[in-house]
Amino acid sequence: MTTAVLPLDVPGIRRDFPALTTPFHGKPLIYLDSAVSSLTPLPVVERMSRYQSFEHTNVHRGVSTLSQEATDRFEEAREKVRAFINAPSVKQIVWTRGTTESINLVAQTFGRRNVHAGDEILLSAMEHHADIVPWQLLAEERGATLRVIPMNDDGELILDGLDDLINERTRLVGVTHVSNVLGTINPVKEIIARAHAKGVPVLVDGAQAVPHLHVDVVDLDADFYVFSGHKLSGPTGIGVLYGKRELLEAMPPWHGGGSMILSVTWEKTTYAPVPARFEAGTPPIAQAIGLGAAIDYVTALGLDRIAAHEHALLAYATERLQAIPGLRIIGTAREKASVISFVLDGIHPHDIGSILDHEGVVVRAGHHCAQPVMTRFQIPATTRASFAYFNTREDVDALVSGILKVQEIFQ
Amino acid sequence: MSDPRELYQQVIIEHNKKPRNFGDLEPCTHQAHGLNPLCGDDIVLKLVVEDGLVKDIRFQGHGCAISKASSSLMTVNVKGRTQAEAEVLVEQFRAMIRGTLDVEHQAHDLGRLTLFSGVKDLPSRVKCAVLPWATLHSALHGEDTTSTE
Repeated sequence: MTTAVLPLDVPGIRRDFPALTTPFHGKPLIYLDSAVSSLTPLPVVERMSRYQSFEHTNVHRGVSTLSQEATDRFEEAREKVRAFINAPSVKQIVWTRGTTESINLVAQTFGRRNVHAGDEILLSAMEHHADIVPWQLLAEERGATLRVIPMNDDGELILDGLDDLINERTRLVGVTHVSNVLGTINPVKEIIARAHAKGVPVLVDGAQAVPHLHVDVVDLDADFYVFSGHKLSGPTGIGVLYGKRELLEAMPPWHGGGSMILSVTWEKTTYAPVPARFEAGTPPIAQAIGLGAAIDYVTALGLDRIAAHEHALLAYATERLQAIPGLRIIGTAREKASVISFVLDGIHPHDIGSILDHEGVVVRAGHHCAQPVMTRFQIPATTRASFAYFNTREDVDALVSGILKVQEIFQ
Repeated sequence: MSDPRELYQQVIIEHNKKPRNFGDLEPCTHQAHGLNPLCGDDIVLKLVVEDGLVKDIRFQGHGCAISKASSSLMTVNVKGRTQAEAEVLVEQFRAMIRGTLDVEHQAHDLGRLTLFSGVKDLPSRVKCAVLPWATLHSALHGEDTTSTE
């Protein structure tokens, strides 16, 4: 039995986004680019503004009341992240600058300690550059090899050969939870279980998943789970690395400096326990508090309701786009989040993006920092529309009208 | 730019559909590979330069209508000119796109290439238009690759 989900109050939500009611090229802004970065709702902006205006000082330093309160707010945000992904402990939530830094942190600490010459790192064919390049850098340094889990023409991972791909040389599996290009929702729980059966840990890139899905790192049994604030209605410059405690505690420090130490002498430094060990220097305090506010915001809306709304938009957009002659959707997996990539016969995505921009429709055009995905589908680039909880069917209609205008210009 | 049609004029659309001097050129005396890492536009440019004259020029690769038409019209305008004249065109084209050359009021040799003057109002597309010209500059200076970054 499915439980009915109350619809979102989209007109009310839209009032939290001033950009949506401010003319853009003289037209209403149709923002269909949440996969690149979500708009920030006013309550999040106001929360960060309050901190900057009235509560600002450094954290974990000093004995002033102001310092203590800033530290409390900062650590409360960590607790909000913990609860949001159901992590067992706040000590497993490491603040980073974003998904990319989180992955680099794991590669440079866990990776450098555990990956040696002849070892393998297994990545899915739909990873974006942030989950490829850090591993390539590591592999080059250590003499290791990257291997790839292939995907089919629908943009679904082919898992038939996974048990052979994971072998005694595999040191880590890296997989995106939701593809930023194809929208595919990967069966990460199954992949993790199969990797664990061979004793191999799994890093899940959740950058595109957390805005759309309930993520429970315990249920998934993920070893590492990473995401960014700015795709979750929060600010840029803040991200999260979740890790299993025994893995984090076994990892050496990465960046050295203030806050990550227990004691320093000229002879020797002893390091703080996790997560402080990985948080050298003054952290992005306003951004962490802002991410906490963003989690409050989306939690209040309800991820179930967000998912239902976005799913309906995705279905509507898919139907309308498929009806356009010469348009081909790239990524037709059975399980998809609200991302549609497409190509138009004879028209390059950059030209589509420019003309749509002029119509007030903001989309992403390019390789989406996922060039191997483009190579897999033998295309140089795609146009991508991505939907959030504030989008409407009228936004989809505007996209369709814009595409028809592009085709008219290129006739 | 009030309307994209101002940029996407028929000439640009037509050169995008049927680019001139498109294909491989072997043997050649000069060549370079141009890449826009941000968007993946990719061009290989080959030339035959003899006695300081661009006798032949061809390009291959993929890109948007702006970059493809810019490549096509570039080859048409450069072919038969001296290397020095080609260099002048490179500088004038770049200046036009940067907005430092007012093609309506200042002297230039760009001719129909002024079709691209609207690109200066689309900062995100500047690199698309400039890529073939940057590649030409590299080829003439013996550099194997060029990047818009």
